[in-house]
Amino acid sequence: MDLEEKLKILTGAAKYDVACTSSGVSRSGEKGKLGNAAAWGICHSFASDGRCISLLKVLMSNACAYDCSYCVNRRSNDLPRATLSPRELAELTIQFYRRNYIEGLFLSSGVLRNPDYTCEQMIAAIRLLRVDYKFNGYIHAKAIPGTDEKLITELGLLVDRMSVNIELPSSRSLQLLAPNKTKAHILKPMQQIKEGIQENKAALALYKASPKFVPGGQATQLIVGASPETDYSIITLSESLYKRYTLKRVFYSAYIPVQSGRNLPSVDTKPPLLREHRLYQADFLLRFYGFSAKELLSEKTPNFNTAVDPKCNWALNNMDRFPVEVNTAPQEALLRVPGIGVTGAKRIITARKTAKLDFAGLKKLNIVLKRAQYFITCGGKMLEGLKQNPEFILRGLMSEASIRRTYLPDSEQMSIFDEEEYRKCLTGQI
Amino acid sequence: MPYRTDIAYLYDGSFEGLMCCVFESYYKKELPELIFTQEEAQSTLYDIREIESDRGKAARVKSAVKNKISAEALDFVQKAFFTILPRKERIILDFLRKGFKTGGVILDMLTDDTVSVLSKAVSHLGKESALYRGFVRFSEIGGVMVSVIEPKNFVLPLMMDHFCDRYPEEIFVIYDKTHSTMLLGEKGKARLGYVENFEPGEANIGEKAFRRLWQSFYEAIGIQERYNPQCQMSHMPKRYRSQMTEFQERETAPLPLFPEPEARLPGK
Repeated sequence: MDLEEKLKILTGAAKYDVACTSSGVSRSGEKGKLGNAAAWGICHSFASDGRCISLLKVLMSNACAYDCSYCVNRRSNDLPRATLSPRELAELTIQFYRRNYIEGLFLSSGVLRNPDYTCEQMIAAIRLLRVDYKFNGYIHAKAIPGTDEKLITELGLLVDRMSVNIELPSSRSLQLLAPNKTKAHILKPMQQIKEGIQENKAALALYKASPKFVPGGQATQLIVGASPETDYSIITLSESLYKRYTLKRVFYSAYIPVQSGRNLPSVDTKPPLLREHRLYQADFLLRFYGFSAKELLSEKTPNFNTAVDPKCNWALNNMDRFPVEVNTAPQEALLRVPGIGVTGAKRIITARKTAKLDFAGLKKLNIVLKRAQYFITCGGKMLEGLKQNPEFILRGLMSEASIRRTYLPDSEQMSIFDEEEYRKCLTGQI
Repeated sequence: MPYRTDIAYLYDGSFEGLMCCVFESYYKKELPELIFTQEEAQSTLYDIREIESDRGKAARVKSAVKNKISAEALDFVQKAFFTILPRKERIILDFLRKGFKTGGVILDMLTDDTVSVLSKAVSHLGKESALYRGFVRFSEIGGVMVSVIEPKNFVLPLMMDHFCDRYPEEIFVIYDKTHSTMLLGEKGKARLGYVENFEPGEANIGEKAFRRLWQSFYEAIGIQERYNPQCQMSHMPKRYRSQMTEFQERETAPLPLFPEPEARLPGK
């Protein structure tokens, strides 16, 4: 099998993994080496599905010993198998990197024989890249659940970021759909990586030249829509992952039926893209806006509103906290206003030091007044001529596509997102 | 004495030149209607005065900006000068005049029209240069990594440090077709120069093989069920794609082989 054929197969097999950013590490270049790393990550292209391409995302091998029913690479699936040699992987990474096609390597693998053997193969490839090829760019590796602790440590010292995929949001779903994986199996390496990072931080504080262990932190991915969990249980899980395992990112992947299975949604199910989009929006609210999962959803309303985004939805249900006066409100309160983002809040705080803000001024700061107008006052006044009944506000907050979806449900199923949501649509690279 | 406004300045298009216009404006107590270069054929009813570039004067203005406004303001003005904002010279003059009155706080006055217009232009420049950090595509030609870009703003000064840091051992060229300017990087250092009509040489088979592999990767990474060209377009507008390998004609060059030199034991 030639290299192109292998690359196609192993890319096709890796493409569903979304936890693939190049962010979290800032590292300068070094004489004699190749590459650097930028903390905010760099997108090198965008695929036909609109997702960011930052890393050479491939599996080392798709010959998997496991038989997880949601996974395209499961043992019982009849498809061509391929394995890249460490040298092939290293050459591809280096030559793509030199041409500025990529920011680095994202390496995962099907389970070759067993988790330890697989991890050894990955270590061999990454060591070749780091030591022999002096590659100083970004590397993200998957930790295979069930791998020996020593090997995880060894891998962690070579890479920037590591991730262990939770895959399914509950142990019951895991049991049904991924019989070779258990919750304990998945959480164990996660715990180990978390502790490793903490110990490493302490060591670095003492001795600056200590080798760095997973400096970019860890991430995970959840598949949405393959099992019956609600949005509420998913974001509650994410919240605890951020808190308990200090994860950098949780990624959500709309389930795309790759085959039929007793315990799976039918093959003609459309991937729940809007749901995935809402989960990402909520995830941002958890990480950057000071929201907690309980504020956004509850046992009673366990799923997100399809018509408006989670922040608007929260605001509509908490109208007693508004309007907020932009000239005096603290940052936390500004961040809760629909239409004011992290940058917007910062701009407001900077600008109001020297001038009193009015609505025309907010426009100059690029605040989205279409949404924000219902929730703010400037100098004690709301925007003139603004109607204030809840039904009207809801309509005002909804996008064109959203209105079509809600009021004319049969029209145009194709356009899931409107223009604006497209722009915001998540790419795994923020 | 009121400022004279019925005059236009003609300058040489350099940042130094513009600083000399600022000097002139203060020295002669004038607020020129227009500040323009020879290339921009401007019609004006007013007298045109040619402002000659003078290093000494430019340095005096720059150090005044640094000391009386702030170092950030000087950096901001330099960036504003790299943008495609129409009449940017005149707006920069306004900005500096205001800044000399208010001091460093000028950069916080985001609702001021002059500051707001310049900030937006500078942020457009910043976004474009950030995108190009990812979208630049090099080809190895005669041992040099060569690339061509067609940006709107003059982004090269904002890209130098990144690429020097990234490729300390490569010799690389980024040619800005729009501004006929070449960035040449070598041993982690870079310089800019004016070069007209640069065309990169023909790529050899080895180079074409990696282009082919990248094109195959690009095709394989997209998920059909999530096909979304609009989303792709909003992140990567068409104008960026003209020089990108994945949007060029498919390469068919023979593929490289990488035999394992010897069996390597994992962990050794």
